Amino acid sequence: MRDVRVSLVGFGVVGHGVVDVLSRKKKLLRDMGLNLKLVSVTDHTGTVLAEDGVDAEKILGERTLANVASSGMKGKEAISAIDSDLMIEVTPTNIVHGQPGLGHMEAALSGGKHVVTSNKGPLVVSYGKLKKLAEDNGVMLKFEATVGGTMPLISLVERTLVGNTINGIRGIFNGTCNYILTRMAEEGIPYTHALSEAQDLGIAEADPSYDVEGVDTAGKVVILANSLFGMDVKYSDVDVTGITGVTPEALALAKKRGYAIKLIGDVPALTVRPMLVPLGSPIAVSGTLNSAAIYTDLSGTITVTGLGAGSIETASAILTDIISIYRTKLIDAIF
Amino acid sequence: MRLSMDLELQDIPGQLLLALQPLKENKANIISVVHHRDHKTPRGMIPVRFVVEMDQSKIEQVKTKLRESGILVVRAGEDRFIEAVSVVLVGHVLDSDLGDTVSRIDSTGFAEVMDLALTMPGVDEPSSAYLKIRATGKNEIQKALTILREVGREKKLLVIEPIEAEAL
Repeated sequence: MRDVRVSLVGFGVVGHGVVDVLSRKKKLLRDMGLNLKLVSVTDHTGTVLAEDGVDAEKILGERTLANVASSGMKGKEAISAIDSDLMIEVTPTNIVHGQPGLGHMEAALSGGKHVVTSNKGPLVVSYGKLKKLAEDNGVMLKFEATVGGTMPLISLVERTLVGNTINGIRGIFNGTCNYILTRMAEEGIPYTHALSEAQDLGIAEADPSYDVEGVDTAGKVVILANSLFGMDVKYSDVDVTGITGVTPEALALAKKRGYAIKLIGDVPALTVRPMLVPLGSPIAVSGTLNSAAIYTDLSGTITVTGLGAGSIETASAILTDIISIYRTKLIDAIF
Repeated sequence: MRLSMDLELQDIPGQLLLALQPLKENKANIISVVHHRDHKTPRGMIPVRFVVEMDQSKIEQVKTKLRESGILVVRAGEDRFIEAVSVVLVGHVLDSDLGDTVSRIDSTGFAEVMDLALTMPGVDEPSSAYLKIRATGKNEIQKALTILREVGREKKLLVIEPIEAEAL
């Protein structure tokens, strides 16, 4: 049995999902030979510390850690002070400066901790530096959850399709935009109406600009370009057009000719824009689903689809990343 | 040179073979033959479309020979527009001079707008247009799309292009 001390930084929607999933999968992980111990949970109010593992039931009912924190430590201070092998970073994303996640990741990687994250900002702003920092410290940086949520994409390309040359990836990487466009096409309703519906359902934020202007999708395009295509690009290198200009009439005209209109991110073209996608194409998925077509030299086109967001779904991608770190280590030890 | 020919044949045995003879004599490489046996013309003739690769200078010889064999040549000539693409435009499509937008494509000589549908929900609201553009080849389609993107930037129109089926 291998003991793994895990610290969680960020206790929002995804953070709650992580605590829940790690607790639910404790037995499965033990059967794999991993004794995963969540030794700390930190948010902007403080830290819960527990040498034998945080009691999930005790904190899952709390919105923040304000009432249950056993220490006032926050952020980088907590990361450096707490003895752990791996940090899960799920604080709110900022695609402009990457903080506070960027500082958290730098602190963890320099301290010799593996990092698993769903936070796009730090990777968009500073992928190259973070990658190097991880290599220099002999640890891993895993971020499957940043693109397409639970839909397997990065590990699919890096592991399953290894040996293929990837010519490109195109897809729907934002469930909010896809929901809005799907509803507009189905009901012939205007953009503003579909948006307010999405907001009522909790699918869109009060300030939806990050999603509907294509910013979120562009961030994912940057992550894919840098991590899978060996490019060195920034957010500003992406040509971005959102969905706010799409009309129900445009959707109807397209539908009559056999097309859906979807917000498509394209790597390595580095574009995000609404495009005509043939109805019946495997990437023309509806609702909040995400999809991606991976164009390869040996395997043709591989298409994946899945839920792009959600607390438990995102936590699932994080769990997969954690397990893969230790499985990889096992293989290295054998050979 | 790729050429297409629309012919009408009499509904008696051996006519298709007769139509092929002058093509064979002039070393035409047949790309496709569409024989509309069940779509007879009011005169009871059978329409046939040939697409061939051949020396364009031989076309008159072929047409003469076909006529001599009693075959009706409806049309024969260069089949220029072999690729097509659908595009949707959103914005003040009409007010920003739709005629000019179309002629920017048509004036290239290698592409033209062959279908156009317009929806205008209200005077001040953005209208949406569907355009089908055909061109002489795949590269020309890309060039036409580049022109349209340029026009879109200039006239503040959202240009929605089709996703490519393969990686470029």
